[in-house]
Amino acid sequence: MASSPPELREHKSIAGFPKHGAPDPSKYYVDIQKLSVFYGEKQALFGVSLGVARNEVLALIGPSGCGKSTLVKAVNRISELTPNVRIDGDIRINGETIFGEKADIITLRQRVGMVFQRPNPFPKSIYENVVYGLRLHGVRDRKTLDDVVEWALRHAALWDEVKDRLKTSALELSGGQQQRLCIARAIAVQPDVLLMDEPCSALDPIATAKIEDLILELKKDYTILIVTHNMQQAARVSDYTALMWLGKLIEHAPTEEIFTNPKEKITEDYITGRNG
Amino acid sequence: MSASAPPLDAPGEKNPPASGSPSFSPKAVRDRVRHSTPFIQRLKEFAIEKLLALSGWLSILFILLIFVFLFKEGLLALRQVESLSTFFYSVEPVMAYDAATAETKIVGEAVAYKWEPVSTPPRLSILPLLWGSFGVALLSAVLSTLSGIAVGVFLSEMASEKTRNLVKPALELLVGIPTVVIGFFMLTVVAIPLKNILNPADGTSLIPAYQSLYNMFVGSLGVSVVIVPVIASLVDDALRAVPMDLRAASLSLGATRWQTTWRVVLPAGVSGVLSAVILGFGRAIGETMIVLMCAGSAPQISLNPFDSTRTMTATIAAEMGAAQQGSLHMHTLFLVGAILVTLAFFLNLTVELIANHYRKKIRL
Repeated sequence: MASSPPELREHKSIAGFPKHGAPDPSKYYVDIQKLSVFYGEKQALFGVSLGVARNEVLALIGPSGCGKSTLVKAVNRISELTPNVRIDGDIRINGETIFGEKADIITLRQRVGMVFQRPNPFPKSIYENVVYGLRLHGVRDRKTLDDVVEWALRHAALWDEVKDRLKTSALELSGGQQQRLCIARAIAVQPDVLLMDEPCSALDPIATAKIEDLILELKKDYTILIVTHNMQQAARVSDYTALMWLGKLIEHAPTEEIFTNPKEKITEDYITGRNG
Repeated sequence: MSASAPPLDAPGEKNPPASGSPSFSPKAVRDRVRHSTPFIQRLKEFAIEKLLALSGWLSILFILLIFVFLFKEGLLALRQVESLSTFFYSVEPVMAYDAATAETKIVGEAVAYKWEPVSTPPRLSILPLLWGSFGVALLSAVLSTLSGIAVGVFLSEMASEKTRNLVKPALELLVGIPTVVIGFFMLTVVAIPLKNILNPADGTSLIPAYQSLYNMFVGSLGVSVVIVPVIASLVDDALRAVPMDLRAASLSLGATRWQTTWRVVLPAGVSGVLSAVILGFGRAIGETMIVLMCAGSAPQISLNPFDSTRTMTATIAAEMGAAQQGSLHMHTLFLVGAILVTLAFFLNLTVELIANHYRKKIRL
């Protein structure tokens, strides 16, 4: 697979100071520290601490309403769209806090891509969908845009299906294709973290299998947090799995361990389907 | 029926509730369900269904009747004139003063576009009325389209929930104010200071062409007061129908709120925005009271937007009561009404076509 154009791979600092001057890079690339999230009076997350190392996949599992999505949405601060949301604790990406006073939310979101539950391509052409982020950040050069479109679509395993109709509307694609287009759109801005919020929940098994293969492929270049309701999916794609329960982290361990030898009773019951 | 139904905890009931289970028996609940006979049930369904259908068809019938009536009366006007040119122009004698004989003489003829229905012979050119209607509507559209869209975008995309809950009802109230009040307001509060500012009596005029106190511009300003909130409200509705998902996708790619609005939300809601503008224009064409009061009421074709003018609607409102039954004047007014209805019909048709066109293109 083609590697990314190098000049696009360089990043500004999120926290507003030079990357190499960042204090104390921890062992986790994405490091979530004592994160609490409140929606108005209601607390959705209770001091959750966990992290993902570079180029690893962390699967978040747990019953509906346990705070998995809330957690992922805090990482690119998209949760701040919800009115009355309050966040305590810290998230560091490569050692830099994303909540600091100087933190630049635009740069953060450029570095942390997101794939949503339902495929949500823009009502534009396939081409325009992929280059949307680049255009935002002022990339005008036609050649660069063309190159990135091909690179991103190849990376998202969609190129061969759409290369002859890049100018047609993205809404004419099937659901699975749309979701892969959304992945292409997300990686086109050259992030290094990918958040996936139940990316397969609206897809059929064949499309799901394609996305799962894709995740294994993307792992080489990206650090991935994936929320899923599908235990087999977590087992297939992730290196680490975290079980959430009522806004708390119950267990965070290598995926194999969680599924073969869970330490917590709740985990065992959940993965064997006895509750949740 | 309910009189014979047993109380919920009827004594002697079989299967007395065990402790921990609900304190009623399924049978008691089933006995309390009120069943109509199938016949009554079907009759009810039938009656409700037909009543709803009837009210639907009635509204269509009314519209048809209005169409038929207007056109029937209006077309009678066509039969009362010798030539259709009556409705477009009249030929007027040109007089000139001859100094030698000290007499005023007819020296030729000229075409005139006059609406003077009660002179002899009546001049019934509808062109100055069309000019007035379109002039006012276009000028109002120019004045209010951008600001209306801006307010709508602000409400939907920028305003906090609190601001929105304050501004939106205020806008809807503005739409609901009787237009005669707005006309009255323009007449008494706005018109005079406006003229004093733009063309004061002391000769330091900004716009020398501003001569009439009541003119097309003042009328359009008044109409804008009504259609800005109409457009804003419709634009707000249209943009809020754009799925939240799309905004989230755009923001997650590092877009600012304004970039998201400009590049995603507005293009996705473009059909609604276009419809809002066209409906605003339709409202401006149909507006009667404000233009009747503020636009000066002089039917004329003038390129100067600060000249008095008269719209089709204002003409009907002002003259219908005084026109003699069965006269050419009255039938011509009906003809003008028919033109208005046709215009409204085509404007609405355009809105539907636009909406349909984009509905196919955009998933909403």
